Amino acid sequence: MTDFLRYLFIGLGNGAIYAMVGLGLVVIYRSTGLLNFAQGEMAMFSTFLCWQLIDLGLGIWFALLGAMIGSFLMGSIVHRVIVAPLGDPHEKPLAVVIVTIGLFLGINALAQLIWGSDFRSIPALFGEGSVSIAGAAVQWQKIGAVGVLAVEALAFWLIFQKTRVGLSMRAVASNAESAALCGIPVARVLMLGWGMAASIGAIAGVFWAPNVGSLDPNLMQLTLIFGFAAITLGGFDSLVGAVVGGLLVGVTTEVIPKYVSFLEKITLAPAFILILVVLLLRPEGLFGTKQVTRV
Amino acid sequence: MSLLEVEGLVAGYGMVSVLDGLSLSVDEGEAIVVLGANGAGKTTTLRAISGMIPSRGSIRFDGREVSGRRPDQLLVAGMAHVPQGRGTITALTVEENLRIGASSRRDGDVEADLESWYQTFPRLGERRDQLAGSMSGGEQQMLAIARALVSRPKLVLLDEPSLGLAPLVTSEVFSRVAELVSQTGTAVLLVEQNAELALDFASRGYVLEAGRIVAEGTAGELHANDAIRRAYLGIDP
Repeated sequence: MTDFLRYLFIGLGNGAIYAMVGLGLVVIYRSTGLLNFAQGEMAMFSTFLCWQLIDLGLGIWFALLGAMIGSFLMGSIVHRVIVAPLGDPHEKPLAVVIVTIGLFLGINALAQLIWGSDFRSIPALFGEGSVSIAGAAVQWQKIGAVGVLAVEALAFWLIFQKTRVGLSMRAVASNAESAALCGIPVARVLMLGWGMAASIGAIAGVFWAPNVGSLDPNLMQLTLIFGFAAITLGGFDSLVGAVVGGLLVGVTTEVIPKYVSFLEKITLAPAFILILVVLLLRPEGLFGTKQVTRV
Repeated sequence: MSLLEVEGLVAGYGMVSVLDGLSLSVDEGEAIVVLGANGAGKTTTLRAISGMIPSRGSIRFDGREVSGRRPDQLLVAGMAHVPQGRGTITALTVEENLRIGASSRRDGDVEADLESWYQTFPRLGERRDQLAGSMSGGEQQMLAIARALVSRPKLVLLDEPSLGLAPLVTSEVFSRVAELVSQTGTAVLLVEQNAELALDFASRGYVLEAGRIVAEGTAGELHANDAIRRAYLGIDP
């Protein structure tokens, strides 16, 4: 039982990070209607920014804040300079998706170029300590990840549902042409969405880096896959879906292989079986919106 | 002075030119119709005027040259556009659609305005929390028009509001719109295939053929014109 709890909390802690990556993907999907394959690499770049700020002498929380601001600018600029000139993503979604894959490679190469492959590490935001919950030792870092995820999800929900900016973002996601006819400056709204997604990526990366130990340009590649898995499970356009999906993926990949011996070496399998089953029963994902159209 | 003055408008899609030097004008508070068959360039005319597609020629709105401006900038300047196929934002609720329509307004009366719209269109009030995409065609058309008018424009471009609606619903839509614009003094530039209804609604009109204006006159003159009666009203003189 103690072992189970320990695995469960590790799974939740990792899942919280997948959920953060998923939230970034959902934010871009909801404002632009496309999947950003560069989300993970943008987060990796942000994590290096954070490391750089720590290296310059900032405390980790301030460094994270600085990295989030820097990432917001990076995300906005990437959209303005690289994604927006391609035109309406709804007209040629493939072109835009391929460009985000190109960005994936480009940002990765840029990070190698700037920071090289020296050994670097980032300290855990919540330290190395742990607390005993029902006999199982749980790292504060894992609890912190779940807590921060909750705050992020709430913040995004408030922005999308309760503010004018959020309403504009939802309008642009649903029908950019109509939103423009209603006076919404579409390009600016999209820039904002990309900025927000990049900021949240910074948090995900800074949480993930101590997990892996060292900080290198391939930091976020696996988490991006898990992030995609999370939103496929939860529904591409649902913030709640990203959170629940991320946590579920984290827990299933951590807990199930510990008890089913043939899955020991293929820890991803249970998560993907779960996704398959959910998609068979609910193609839009657990919390995704079914498209309602009436003519 | 005209509110909208279009001169020598040339526009199209890619290499295909649809409008070939079109000119028209709309005075303040005036209801104008552009009649034309399928493919004459009616929708393209409106899309070019509101900046949805690039165009050449001159578009003067409210005393300023506005050609090359984006649709959102034109809306802020007072030109609203209800596109063909209504353009309601289906993933938002009815109320959110209206709020988006009012998003360019900086005055504090939006709340009171929404209430008065719900009184004008009780159906919208009943369904304020429902997704716009789940409403009937006529209701969505009304919502699209209300959403355009809630921005308090000087001019509304209306693209074939009759499209896909039952005849009874269409005449209901037209009479409501006529009431609304006469109350608010909003000018309307309507493009329509349903000439009978449109000429009742408008005071003046143009006839568009292959991207050019081939006739213009008051609604009465156009209604009496034999060629127009044959081509657009289905009446044998």
